[in-house]
Amino acid sequence: MSNNINNTERFHSIVETVIERHRHRPGALLPVLHDIQEALGFIPSATVGQIAGGLNLSRAEVHGVISFYHDFRYAPGPQVRICMGEACQSMGSAALLSQATEILGDGVEPVYCLGNCACAPNIDISHAYHGRMSQEKLASLLAREVAA
Amino acid sequence: MNITVYVSRDSGALAVGAEAVANAILAQAAERGITVDLVRNGSRGLYWLEPLVEVETAEGRVAYGPVDRDDVPGLFEADFLHGGAHPLAQGLTEEIPYLKAQQRLTFRRVGITDPLSLDDYRAYEGYRGLTQALEMTPAEIVAAVTESGLRGRGGAAFPTGIKWNTVLEAVGEPKYIVCNADEGDSGTFSDRMVMEGDPYLLIEGMAIAGLAVGAEQGYIYLRSEYPHAEAILNEAIARAGAAGYLGDNLRGSGKRFHLEVRRAAGAYVCGEETALLESLEGKRGQVRAKPPLPAIKGLFQRPTVVNNVISLASVPAILDKGPAFYRDYGMGRSRGTLPIQLTGNIRRGGLVELGFGVSLKELLYDYGGGTASGRPIKAVQVGGPLGAYLPAEQFDIPLDYEAFIAAQGTVGHGGIVVFDDTADMAHMARHAMAFCAVESCGKCTPCRIGSTRGVELLDRIIAERDKGTDSAQVTLLRELCDTLLNGSLCALGGMTPFPVLSALEHFPADFGLVAETAHA
Repeated sequence: MSNNINNTERFHSIVETVIERHRHRPGALLPVLHDIQEALGFIPSATVGQIAGGLNLSRAEVHGVISFYHDFRYAPGPQVRICMGEACQSMGSAALLSQATEILGDGVEPVYCLGNCACAPNIDISHAYHGRMSQEKLASLLAREVAA
Repeated sequence: MNITVYVSRDSGALAVGAEAVANAILAQAAERGITVDLVRNGSRGLYWLEPLVEVETAEGRVAYGPVDRDDVPGLFEADFLHGGAHPLAQGLTEEIPYLKAQQRLTFRRVGITDPLSLDDYRAYEGYRGLTQALEMTPAEIVAAVTESGLRGRGGAAFPTGIKWNTVLEAVGEPKYIVCNADEGDSGTFSDRMVMEGDPYLLIEGMAIAGLAVGAEQGYIYLRSEYPHAEAILNEAIARAGAAGYLGDNLRGSGKRFHLEVRRAAGAYVCGEETALLESLEGKRGQVRAKPPLPAIKGLFQRPTVVNNVISLASVPAILDKGPAFYRDYGMGRSRGTLPIQLTGNIRRGGLVELGFGVSLKELLYDYGGGTASGRPIKAVQVGGPLGAYLPAEQFDIPLDYEAFIAAQGTVGHGGIVVFDDTADMAHMARHAMAFCAVESCGKCTPCRIGSTRGVELLDRIIAERDKGTDSAQVTLLRELCDTLLNGSLCALGGMTPFPVLSALEHFPADFGLVAETAHA
């Protein structure tokens, strides 16, 4: 319980710093959300009111933006993303997605597109991109890089 | 004198191990008591050879690739620092046919220079366009861009000069330059290569655009999937500002232009210009109805130029060398060059910049070398996820905006994705609908609801295709596509039928149809 209180306080103090950094910029909401997520790994739903107040927006506007964009999340995101753009699909990324999903379940998501289409298929593990992926390479990368 | 070695810092090269190769070269050199100058350049765009290692010799740069970190000791043994023979040796980089045959105007520096070196940039004709522009009136700059025939390289191919002129004449202050760097199309990465490999080119192009229309603030709306590009652009903007190429007094002219990178948040639809503007304003990326055009009421309701990275990066050469120089490349109403991206199941994937008019066949076989799998090419998708699937019978089509419109396709941003004969085109049609459903902004009904109904229809068609034709479902799919084509607010819903209908048209067997039924 005290841990939760500490966390909530920590969240609010980080959010306050971030808002202060950006509040005078036009269109500040996306930079604010990116910075919060970079600091915390997600956007705590308890901070939506604070963000709204700090930027003179309504809570609905802030929630609307968070829920619109794939990048913003109320809970930590997946560690592994498999590119499912057409170029990666032409090189077998669907099989990679099933393979990774079998091992990691919810820890994997498709992404459209990592932008390295001449070296397909591509995956993203903890924000590092790996091209020319194969099922063998994926198996060893997951064993090495991804916490069980 | 130290020997100069080049290993790319392009994120495509990094994804296949360039960092480990660079580190191995430094470690080996240290072990052998050799001092090398390691330059982290942009990518040459010869992606099948990445990680590419180049060495400066008296004859020019010699290339080795694709280099694995385990190859590095062997390269030293072979004396690669003096161009020694090795199984990975590719000869002089500039003589590699794939590169030699290209017409690199926009990409002339990419892979050659250190992306962040202003000295390199100026040594290779950088900032000559801006110098010209500072001597010209806004109307003269706009006229030069109009005369060059440059059309928007993001996909819509709208004449850039006409757009600039509208903003120049629009009433309202301040005006803005917005660079659309939300390069979301699968099969495209040319924007990324420019931003990572020659960032000052984009910065120069945007400053010229600002002078042309009277804008003092620019934004680069950059997709979040490009963190390396973001870091390089931010550093380049800081250095350009310190050297007087951005800021309150451009090269002592008293003119101002400020530039800022804004990170997108993973919504494909924000590549649509009005959704992009909403997003820049800090809102949901929902498409605006047009009119008013962004040129009249754009960012914060002010007159705004929204241009793709490659469009803006084409401008400095037009100002430097004159509009006729640029216009002399190309065919028909498609003037200049297009950076084409060969991707997917292809043996030699990479960046090919050529004047418009080159045929798909040349690109796929002469440059690309056929499929990576060695199997026959079944189909290519040109112009991103909303582009048509074309069969081998249509590979004579020239890369030309009008020729692709006539074939019910789009050149788009110049991406070509190759599929071999194992591809299931009904599955790819379903993917197009599913992608539209995931990425729809939700503002208009045909796109929001139609894409989901399209997925359901294609699921039924695919489930039943082994039992033979179900033409009723196909008729329904065609009617749905008609609604999307004609009833959607923007290109996302409006063009999703392109891949669906072209797959149906050219590959009816994949839908459980015989050819005649598909045309019915």
